[in-house]
Parts: sequence; C-alpha cells; structure tokens
Amino acid sequence: MKLREVVEHIKGDILYGEELLDSTEIEYAYGADLMSDVLAFARPGSLLLTGLTNVQIIRTAQMLDIPAVVFVRGKRPQEAAIKLASQLGMPVILSHSSMFETCGILYREGVLPCNIPAREV
Amino acid sequence: MSEPYVEEYTVAGRDFSAIGEASIQFKATMKMLGIPSDITRRASIVAYESEMNLVLHAGGGTIRLIVYTDKLEVWAIDRGPGIADIELAMQEGYSTATDEIRELGFGAGMGLPNIKRHSDDMHLDSEVGKGTVLSATIFFKKE
Repeated sequence: MKLREVVEHIKGDILYGEELLDSTEIEYAYGADLMSDVLAFARPGSLLLTGLTNVQIIRTAQMLDIPAVVFVRGKRPQEAAIKLASQLGMPVILSHSSMFETCGILYREGVLPCNIPAREV
Repeated sequence: MSEPYVEEYTVAGRDFSAIGEASIQFKATMKMLGIPSDITRRASIVAYESEMNLVLHAGGGTIRLIVYTDKLEVWAIDRGPGIADIELAMQEGYSTATDEIRELGFGAGMGLPNIKRHSDDMHLDSEVGKGTVLSATIFFKKE
C-alpha cells in the first residue's frame, strides 16, 4: 500500500515527507526498539516502526534502505533525527498509538511481517 | 590486477551521537564505485555494527574499507579492553553494554552475530588488555 494509506490507517502525523507519501510503496514492516534487532531482522525496503527517537535510528534505517520511519507511542523524534531524515528524503510519521496497536492496524490492513529466520536454540 | 581501494576513518570512543558517520561514508563510496546494492547493504550493516562496537565498547578505534575486484573487506581495529570470551560474545543476546548504552537502543547483543550473518568470512582476534581486530569479507559473486 502507499505510505499515504499507512498514515491514514494509523491516523499518524506527518513530521516530514508529505510530498513523498504517494510515491512510497510499503509492502513489509518491522517494529523494534533496539538498533541491532532492526539490523538483524528488518527486511531491506520495509517500513520501520520504533520508539527510539535519536538520530542513530535514522542512520540505522539508512543502512537498510528503509523508505520511511513511524515513531510510535506519540514519542516525537529529536529534531536532529527529523533533519537527517529530511536530508535523506525519508518520510517521518508520528503515531499516537502503542507499538502493538500501530503494528496491529497495519497487519490487519495487509502489510506483511519480516521473516525471522529459524536459529539454533 | 589493479590496486585495491582503501578508505579509513578514526572513530572516537563514547561519542554516541556520531555512531554511523563512518559507515555512511562507506555506503556512499560503495554506491559511487557501483557495487551492487545487496552487497553494499550487507557491507554497510557490517561496518555499522563494527563502528558501534568501537564507540560503545572499545573507547574508539579505526575502521577501514578495502575494495578489491572480487571482494571487499571491513576491518575494525582497537586498543580497547579486549573480549575475554569470544564464543560467549558471538552468542545472540549476550551483551556487556551498560544501561546508559541500552537506553539509546544499543546493546541488544546482536552486533557480532549480525556481522557474521552478513559477511561471507569473519575473523576476530582479541586479547584482554591489548585490543581487538575484526575483519569481515564479502565476496561479490558466490562460488
């Protein structure tokens, strides 16, 4: 679905990237509050949902060619994070719902999860 | 065979806000060199995790990208405290990160496993009190 539909479903605020919402296609999403979890399991090109608000989360997203980031729980990202995202042309959305609810809405609407590979216990 | 391309940065210890700056330069370089996007992405993750380790655990160090005609290498070299038990450090979820580091979203204990997962070959030499040398290789075409 288009990122604009994502924003409408989660009733998100657009902190940056209004003009990019129609040209950004979202098929997969990944939610995490740890950088290395994102690096380990987020499928390249998937939408990232996170409660981390610092500038490193945008760099993490950049490494994985993540097209857009949704900040959950109404936690506004740091200005430096929004600034870096805008330099990268990476839309930034703010959701006022919890991680669980935001992810749940998108899952219900057909956004696919990133596959977690089976590993030795 | 042409000379390999080498790019290197000094990473300062504990400067959390700068984490990723060297890796972003590497990513831009790889894009400029025309390296395929999947290889670039894997190498970027390896570099980024290595850079995090230098900042969070080693008190800084050197990170280096070497691009050959058939492969690339990422090196991370430090004179930090060293890793006492490499086997333990390679386990997912094991971390010695402080609460301060964890609050920033780092310290998941996935760094070294991530580096291994995204590289074709990885070497880790460490001596307690001396430092650590990590090298990770990614081949452009798998045999």
